[in-house]
Amino acid sequence: MSIGQLRVIGLDFVYAVAGATFAAFAWLSLVDRSNPRRFGTGAFYGLIAVSFFGGDRLGDIGNGVLVLALVALGGTGAVGRGATVAGGADGGAGAARHGNRLFLPALIVPVVALAGTLLKPAWIDPKQVTLVSLTIGVLIALAACYAWFRPAPRAPFDEGRRLMDGVGWAAVLPQMLAALGAVFALAGVGDVVGGLAARAIPDGNLFVAVLVYGLGMAGFTIVMGNAFAAFPVMTAGVGVPVLVRGMGGDPALIAAIGMLAGFCGTLLTPMAANFNLVPAVLLDLDRTAVIRAQAPTAVVLLAVNILLIYFLGFRT
Amino acid sequence: MLVLSGIAVVALGFLLRFNPLLVVAVAALVTGLAAGLEPVAVLAAFGKAFNDTRYVTIIYVVLPVVGLLERYGLQERARGLVADMRGATVGRLLLGYMLFRQGTAALGLTSIAGHPQTVRPLVAPMAVAAAERQGFDVGRQERVKALAAGTDNIGLFFGEDIFIAIGSILLIKGTMAQYGYDLAPIQLSLWAIPTAVAALLVHGGRLLWLDRRA
Repeated sequence: MSIGQLRVIGLDFVYAVAGATFAAFAWLSLVDRSNPRRFGTGAFYGLIAVSFFGGDRLGDIGNGVLVLALVALGGTGAVGRGATVAGGADGGAGAARHGNRLFLPALIVPVVALAGTLLKPAWIDPKQVTLVSLTIGVLIALAACYAWFRPAPRAPFDEGRRLMDGVGWAAVLPQMLAALGAVFALAGVGDVVGGLAARAIPDGNLFVAVLVYGLGMAGFTIVMGNAFAAFPVMTAGVGVPVLVRGMGGDPALIAAIGMLAGFCGTLLTPMAANFNLVPAVLLDLDRTAVIRAQAPTAVVLLAVNILLIYFLGFRT
Repeated sequence: MLVLSGIAVVALGFLLRFNPLLVVAVAALVTGLAAGLEPVAVLAAFGKAFNDTRYVTIIYVVLPVVGLLERYGLQERARGLVADMRGATVGRLLLGYMLFRQGTAALGLTSIAGHPQTVRPLVAPMAVAAAERQGFDVGRQERVKALAAGTDNIGLFFGEDIFIAIGSILLIKGTMAQYGYDLAPIQLSLWAIPTAVAALLVHGGRLLWLDRRA
């Protein structure tokens, strides 16, 4: 902060809470004799905890080695699941006893996140206000759970570990894919793809140019798992040189709707792990179930976006 | 052209159902070597980006609360709530959630809901309870769960860009500025509205269609 005396709560706090949570998962996995792979699972969560606590002190190569260790554990089946105390083991009785009060802690998290984001208190780093508020909301909800339901101290972490085991190695896949995107950028993959896309457009054909832009945005997002990686590439390759400068299109409209065409790709790809794979795991569904459910909407919206650019982007 | 080999590794790896962590690590190495980078430089770039994106993994801090509430019967309670609501159908419930998700995302409130914090403990069990009451068989109940997750994504993606200070709007602004186009965020977010309306019509229509076939 500018008036530096005031210490504000920022990402350090969020990462410390996340590190402590994963450290608890690691410990509970290590001592969980029902998990046939308890050492691998414990080490996997332990490394995530190390990353949250000390990632900034490991250096780039140190972090790279940490990732290799995560891949070695997660990629070879060394991460398993412990016995699952079925979600509603005493659920029937609990639901009757606690009634709708059960919803309160669940609502505390979004309400605190909402309040923090809107009020922007001065003691929270303004750039990280949502993540910090979300984390504070979780801590308040946890305290409320202890006060109202009086569980054993380790019970929330046993239950959290049970859900975490369901996610398993997929927990670090979103970060891995983001890191792959960084290597792609370093290697200049985007320039090559943008150049190829630009070459696919016959001279002066506006519709084909818009089509290549929209499909390229979605297609490159499907490969990369993230529209944020596709956007700069397609903008450099097609959006600015062909559509805006070559054909006189509206830069704001082409950029804004181009990004949304990329989002249609996000709905279609297993590479967008946190949106498509992790929820499938959390809901005990087939790996591709969420993508299949989204596909009709995504395909129609991609066509809508391409037509919007074609009909509205070149009116002058 | 050689640098595209990493994309081929990813596509092939996913098709052959190798473990995605291995696939991604190999793809990064192949891409880096194809571009003439030192293996250590690839490792460092990969490690740095992994460390810089830790924020995507913090959402799991919510699991102890969700897990505990589930043990005390949160999912059963969510189902019971639906049983008490007359006229709560799968389609209307999910459409209501879509409106909530898209509306709050348009106000910049993207982190107040999501798969671990709302879909698994609340939305999916409520939708499945309604589906049971409407006589959906088990296979279609699974599809309803998948649609609950998909509805969260679609509401989020096609709501958030209406908010002027969201990451994607700032990325668009920054990218276009490199080419000399100084775009106001409000211009960009206005052009997110037609697609947002289309998303609500297309996906909302699909959700209501669920009821018709019941």
